[in-house]
Amino acid sequence: MSADTRALLEIENLTVRLADPAADDAPKPLLEGISLSLAPGEALGLVGESGSGKSMTIRAATRLLPPRASVEGAIRFEGTDVTRMSGPALRAYRDTGVGMVFQDPRAHINPTRRIGAFLTEALVRNRGVGRREATARAAAVLGEVGIDDPARRLRQYPHELSGGMLQRVMIASVLLAEPRLILADEPTTALDVTIQSEVVGILDRLRRDRGIGMVFITHDLDLALAVCGRVAVMYAGRIVELRDAKDLHERAAHPYTLGLLGSRPSIDVRSARLTAIPGRPRGAFESGPGCAFADRCAHAQDVCRTTPPEPVRFRDGDVRCHLLDQIHSVPTAAREGGAA
Amino acid sequence: MTRMVISRLGGLATTLLLASVAIFGSLYLAPGSPEDVLFGTRQPSPAARAAVEHQLHLDQPLPVRYWDWLTGVLHGNLGTSMVTQQSVASRVGSGLGTTATLVLIAVLFVVVFGIALGAVAALRPGAVDAAAGAVTSVTVTIPPFVASTVLITVFAVRLGWFPSSGIGTGFGGRIHGLILPACALAIMNCGFLARVTRNALLDQLGREHVQTAVARGLPRAIVLRDHVLRNALPPISTAAALLTSGMFASTLIVETAFGVPGIGQLTITSVAQKDFPVVQAVSLLLVAAFVVCNALSDLLQALIDPRLRSTSGRMA
Ligand SMILES: Nc1ncnc2c1ncn2[C@@H]1O[C@H](COP(=O)(O)OP(=O)(O)OP(=O)(O)O)[C@@H](O)[C@H]1O
Ligand SMILES: [Mg+2]
Repeated sequence: MSADTRALLEIENLTVRLADPAADDAPKPLLEGISLSLAPGEALGLVGESGSGKSMTIRAATRLLPPRASVEGAIRFEGTDVTRMSGPALRAYRDTGVGMVFQDPRAHINPTRRIGAFLTEALVRNRGVGRREATARAAAVLGEVGIDDPARRLRQYPHELSGGMLQRVMIASVLLAEPRLILADEPTTALDVTIQSEVVGILDRLRRDRGIGMVFITHDLDLALAVCGRVAVMYAGRIVELRDAKDLHERAAHPYTLGLLGSRPSIDVRSARLTAIPGRPRGAFESGPGCAFADRCAHAQDVCRTTPPEPVRFRDGDVRCHLLDQIHSVPTAAREGGAA
Repeated sequence: MTRMVISRLGGLATTLLLASVAIFGSLYLAPGSPEDVLFGTRQPSPAARAAVEHQLHLDQPLPVRYWDWLTGVLHGNLGTSMVTQQSVASRVGSGLGTTATLVLIAVLFVVVFGIALGAVAALRPGAVDAAAGAVTSVTVTIPPFVASTVLITVFAVRLGWFPSSGIGTGFGGRIHGLILPACALAIMNCGFLARVTRNALLDQLGREHVQTAVARGLPRAIVLRDHVLRNALPPISTAAALLTSGMFASTLIVETAFGVPGIGQLTITSVAQKDFPVVQAVSLLLVAAFVVCNALSDLLQALIDPRLRSTSGRMA
């Protein structure tokens, strides 16, 4: 894959390893061979069980990895390699290029400072906007994310706001920076179900209105399918399947993806968590030499345990599986086998 | 905030009252009495002894004596020294400024060097952190009396840079004379505060809200000042307040070792002479210093952390 000049974010063969200070052995891999690209205004979903490396992927994209992590591969934002950015360039990229919406707004907003200080800080410190001007802009954006009485909210402290309110504040802080890319790490998991859909709605509307690219992490496959144009399914630090959201129900090919689809109680009832596949989730460092999913896969053969599968083009998606042709030769039978 | 200040002042008054009862009681119930000190080795006649006891009000029951003392204090009269017959206020007052200056210098040393050492350790993991850790683990084992001996031997006796006993005259001379005693007070506490600072900063550095600040591209200095240090201040100020009140207590040892004419030395002398009114006054001063230090630290915490402001009337 060569550098696509039109891509907003392009990750190519990203491998992240983490050295364990306690043990002498080789650094353990957290991500292996992640490749994806995102066009301006596009929404890409990252789904997968806990520990599959979703957060690590977007942390790598903003250089927020733990200090002992080593990175191989390329991460390009508008053609510039993020992994090689110098201090000022990196700060400028974090300031204007990319905005992060974190899962737990209460932990991710400084509890000792007012909402106004949180919202205006980046404008004032990074761009020299005057305090009064920054406050006026912050009040306007609070209105956009559906917060009443912005002037009062700006004077309040985080503990005086509900979780849903705080997540709106977090989104407002990202919008104030007017980034071209939003990385949202489970932005609704910490919220009540009723608030969840409102927050997702706000993000989706803003993405459409402003043409902001978005990577949206969630445990909830249906939510990803509803919000995103394409979905990457992650397992043990790898993307095992990447395809258009509208195709996923009909054309999913990887046994793990099929398992996720099959594990949902029904199409109408939203599944809470993606955990109903036999066996427990694996980290990238726990997998053997072959396919990481091999010991939970109903179809696994010898080749799966010895050789890691490379991504192949299959039904207009990218899938990492040795056995695609065998599993999908008789589609209906295979679907049932995959879900078992 | 105002309610909090008022409630803390009320707390201070209550603590002082209770402490005065405890101190008064323990002083007079302890063996030995002031008239023995006054008579020295002489053997007074029972009549002479009774006369002295009557003059010092020692023949009255304890509660009556306490009440007399308390009403005196409330009228601004701390009593007279049983030994020198000077007023307690003038005996205590002459040493108060010296001790306050001594502790102030020591606190400055502790805060500046303790926080700097802790910050360097927290921000430079690896060799620098290890070196700073080695320094702090040595200093925390040097209590003021050991530090006094070493400092006097090296800087006063061998090098002659500072007086070995007593302090000079004039502002500059007094400060110069107080530097070594302040160092003796500060060394161990520097180590403690450095440890607390390092841990508090590391705790905040790992917090999610700091990650948010970094992810927004804020300059590192701003992240460290407005998010890491600011949020780490509550534990640091609590520790500094505790250490400061401890240093007031340590002046007893250090002022005696360096011959500094302050409250600490006065306490030691008065206890030896069983000069109860003076001991009573200096002990209460120590208690007051303790309570005020902790109240200041609580106020600072409430200034920093808005979540503490709504809960008024918290006692230390
Ligand atoms: N700071 C860290 N130090 C060491 N290992 C880590 C650290 N953070 C994450 N990991 C490991 O990296 C792997 C990927 O973690 P990551 O947080 O990306 O998972 P995730 O898919 O976001 O999971 P979740 O849904 O629970 O958020 C996991 O195996 C996890 O144990
Ligand atoms: Mg995560």
